Amino acid sequence: MSAIPANLKYLESHEWARAEADGTVTVGISDHAQNALGDLVFVEVPEVGAVLTKGAAAAVVESVKAASDVYTPVSGEVVATNDALKGSPELVNQDPYGEGWLFKIKPSNPAELDTLLDAAAYGKVVEAEH
Amino acid sequence: MGFKTPLYETHVAAGARMVDFGGWDMPVHYGSQIEEHHAVRRAAGMFDVSHMLSVDVRGARAREFLRYVLANDVAKLKSPGKALYSCMLNESGGVIDDLIAYFLDDTWYRLVVNAGTREKDLAWLTSHAAAFQVEILPRTDLAMIAVQGPQARQRAVAVLGEHGQSALTLEPFFGRELGPYFVSRTGYTGEDGWEIAMPASEAADVWQRLKQQGIAQCGLGARDTLRLEAGMNLYGNDMDESVSPLESGLTWTVAFEPVDRDFLGRRALEAQRANGVARKLVGLVLEERGVLRSHQQVFVPGGGEGEVTSGTFSPTLERSIGFARVPAAAADRVEVDIRGKRLPARIVKIPFVRNGKALI
Repeated sequence: MSAIPANLKYLESHEWARAEADGTVTVGISDHAQNALGDLVFVEVPEVGAVLTKGAAAAVVESVKAASDVYTPVSGEVVATNDALKGSPELVNQDPYGEGWLFKIKPSNPAELDTLLDAAAYGKVVEAEH
Repeated sequence: MGFKTPLYETHVAAGARMVDFGGWDMPVHYGSQIEEHHAVRRAAGMFDVSHMLSVDVRGARAREFLRYVLANDVAKLKSPGKALYSCMLNESGGVIDDLIAYFLDDTWYRLVVNAGTREKDLAWLTSHAAAFQVEILPRTDLAMIAVQGPQARQRAVAVLGEHGQSALTLEPFFGRELGPYFVSRTGYTGEDGWEIAMPASEAADVWQRLKQQGIAQCGLGARDTLRLEAGMNLYGNDMDESVSPLESGLTWTVAFEPVDRDFLGRRALEAQRANGVARKLVGLVLEERGVLRSHQQVFVPGGGEGEVTSGTFSPTLERSIGFARVPAAAADRVEVDIRGKRLPARIVKIPFVRNGKALI
């Protein structure tokens, strides 16, 4: 079974979002997603300063098996990206909710967070795929 | 649900991620495909290849039969146990399957064919068998485990018990029946090793004992990256019934000599050769970040298009490699459409990696 931390919000397309104390939102892909993709070999993160709309393709994770778009769970401006992934894409496999984060966004509409799935609802999405 | 090998439960218990492969439920990896790949290049790994089928061909005219249905010539096999790689072609020169043929004695050959093609192969072989009075005997009673890597034979030898020492004397591309096992020094990774066929009932036990010898369990994911690095074609990706061996980088496997050997597909191949083969299969190395994948479009400078037939990220080379079918005139460089961008790739000689060493 893949890990689904209760303190995060999720998209059906397997991204997670975490509201940070400083008002930013950190984004990554779920444990289920990294496991389904297999070993990642490239990660393409957005440019810092890019302005994204909720649901837009923001990053690409490419594994030995396939390339997948990563969609942003909230709208806003990208304020940081995880540069460590350039040399070590495997961080996403090893620690999808920690060292394997993809980018941080400053949300233009924090209320969007409430529209995302909670852990229980996302757990059902994952189950339905099995 | 697909077909299951005798090792299915073993894979599931080991936490393998199972996928469909040619109608079979097979392990794609047991955690990390890349680590499994490195285990084979650096030490030893094993694969469940029980989905492949051994087919015995028996009869006084077995050689004559195989000289007719195979594009390579089994008459080259003089020593018992010697193996030969060959395509089996239809009348128009299209590839029905690629296989290994072992010469065991004058009335007994063994073929090992692909999983996804086993039924049509059997039907094809059987349809031509009567004329030669040979028997086609599918050995569905056998499971098969491939142990591959520079340390593979050394680590696996103990598992073969009293037959271990005999197995160690096998030369490359030879196979021999040893007690309950059929051991051959062959593989699909570009490394040394054995493929071991055994009664299906013994497979789970042999697998556990190989594991205890420090042989890493590896899935089809690593098998694919290893075979691609080793420059080996995959049936269904790199060739099928719509193309000939001459368009698939397999001209070396077609025995046009002796000229008086009539084999299925010969006339079509000779016509193709006389008219000039329009397409060829080449190795590609992607020069930028990204991964070559099958069906991506290839653009040849000065005109002409082709298609990637197999592509992957090469764990040994840490860049993307692949095969593409391109116009015969293509040389040096091409561009590949990857997710809407045209990225440069270099045409290279295959294999990319052999015996642990990068060759490009």
